[in-house]
Amino acid sequence: MLNAICSFIKLFTGAQARWLGEECPVEGVTPLQSSPSSADSNLFLTDNARPRIYYANHTSHADCMVLLSVLPRHIRKMVRPAAAEDYWMATPLRRWFALRILNIIPIARSQLTKANNPIQRLVVALDEGSSIIIFPQGGRQDDGEVGEFKCGLYHLCRRRPEIELVPTYIDNANRVLPKGSHIPIPVVCSVTFGAPIRLLDGESKEDFLKRAQNAVARCAA
Amino acid sequence: MNIFKDLAMLPMLIVIFSLLIVSTVVTFFLSKNVRSQKRKILVTNLQERIRAWWVMIAVFLIATATGGLTSLMLFAVCSFVALREFITLTPTSRADHRCLTWVFFVILPLNYFLLAIHWYGLFVIFIPVYAFLWIPVTSALSGDSKDFLSRTANIQWGLMICVYFVSYAPAILGLMIPSYGAHSARLLCFLVFVVQISDVMQYVFGKLFGRHKIAPLVSPNKTIEGFIGGVIFAALLGASFWWMTPFSPWQAGCMALIIALAGFGGGIVMSAIKRDRGVKDYGNLIPGHGGMMDRIDSLCFAAPLFYHLTRYFFAH
Repeated sequence: MLNAICSFIKLFTGAQARWLGEECPVEGVTPLQSSPSSADSNLFLTDNARPRIYYANHTSHADCMVLLSVLPRHIRKMVRPAAAEDYWMATPLRRWFALRILNIIPIARSQLTKANNPIQRLVVALDEGSSIIIFPQGGRQDDGEVGEFKCGLYHLCRRRPEIELVPTYIDNANRVLPKGSHIPIPVVCSVTFGAPIRLLDGESKEDFLKRAQNAVARCAA
Repeated sequence: MNIFKDLAMLPMLIVIFSLLIVSTVVTFFLSKNVRSQKRKILVTNLQERIRAWWVMIAVFLIATATGGLTSLMLFAVCSFVALREFITLTPTSRADHRCLTWVFFVILPLNYFLLAIHWYGLFVIFIPVYAFLWIPVTSALSGDSKDFLSRTANIQWGLMICVYFVSYAPAILGLMIPSYGAHSARLLCFLVFVVQISDVMQYVFGKLFGRHKIAPLVSPNKTIEGFIGGVIFAALLGASFWWMTPFSPWQAGCMALIIALAGFGGGIVMSAIKRDRGVKDYGNLIPGHGGMMDRIDSLCFAAPLFYHLTRYFFAH
């Protein structure tokens, strides 16, 4: 079902992926085998079958679907978007779509307790072997620029510092479905994946978030 | 009508497939003996282009052979994709969203629907009059007046070129020409063949003999030698296919000449738009060629001219 929806979105928006930091992941080929000569260049050390965090700029409700639609199928299968619990659990239809089709990780935005701690839920998903799509800006940015990142990404990385973060820039999704509109129109989208980054030892919260944000902005160029 | 059973179509099909086979074989041997890196890029691009030609020709012929409605659908899809590329390149604002929803989901389908039900009278004025009036109203209602004139003009232009002009190609299928019978699919093939062969030959003559650029800042690959060679070649080939048209040989030659000249105009205008927006191609949908618009730019300008000339001089 998700694959069918994603194929339709790809046809409709003509969305395409660019992989800057590594080659487009191919199922069954671990990058180490595919290019042994550059094994030490750390570019190819990435094993995309391992859980990773895809973090992206957020401008539109279409972002998540566009991103999912350009991911190779075997990766799409293991990816779970982090999404607002209050929005997606509000009606039975949304709930069904969020849980059955997208398999989101529900993120509580108010009345945080120990039980619904968003970071804890993300960590559990990573530990279960899922990859995560996350929009660290929180809200949607109107103008298509990369907005300030919130600190959730940092706290998540503190818990699992070995996890790779793939900076992702989604272009034109805000023209497909701008904030406040309900009918998507066909505008060609592109999704750019940069070279994965990690939280460095002793890196401060501000430095890390700035570096992560710049990595996304660089993908936009 | 099945063009594959139509004997009059046979020579054109033979020419098309001979060209395809010869060019495939030639580029294959070229690719085996290239030395310089520059040559290699050129030959690889040529091979990509030819491979895409096989696919495009197959799709076009199958659509034309299976009947008028399928052709109409094919051109509607081409319009949709071309308009998508055009809108992606043009700066539209958030306020245009509602207007673009109308354009993509109402105006474009309606335009082709009018052709499907052969309502010619409304088809010719639907986009130039009704859509032209409706588009600025929807944009104005959204309340954003910044760059209003240029935004509206962009959308209107895109609609004219990508939808209205392109739809003149399948509109040919609805022409009633006395003593020609139900063979209008031949005319569509004639138009598309002449337009594309003129494009290809301008490229080939340009690569072989091109010295003087026509408009280096607008379209760096177009040369005077290529232009003259390609246009004359297309006109002569068009004239030699006169018996599949309702035209006499010299009329067919003139038609082909006009098609080729209009096609050149379309190519250079669509290039100018690309340069203005700072891109090389409209997209990368068709390997080696670029986007849909890069392939049908010449057809956009040739189709309406060919349609109206044929209708005025030969149809009822």
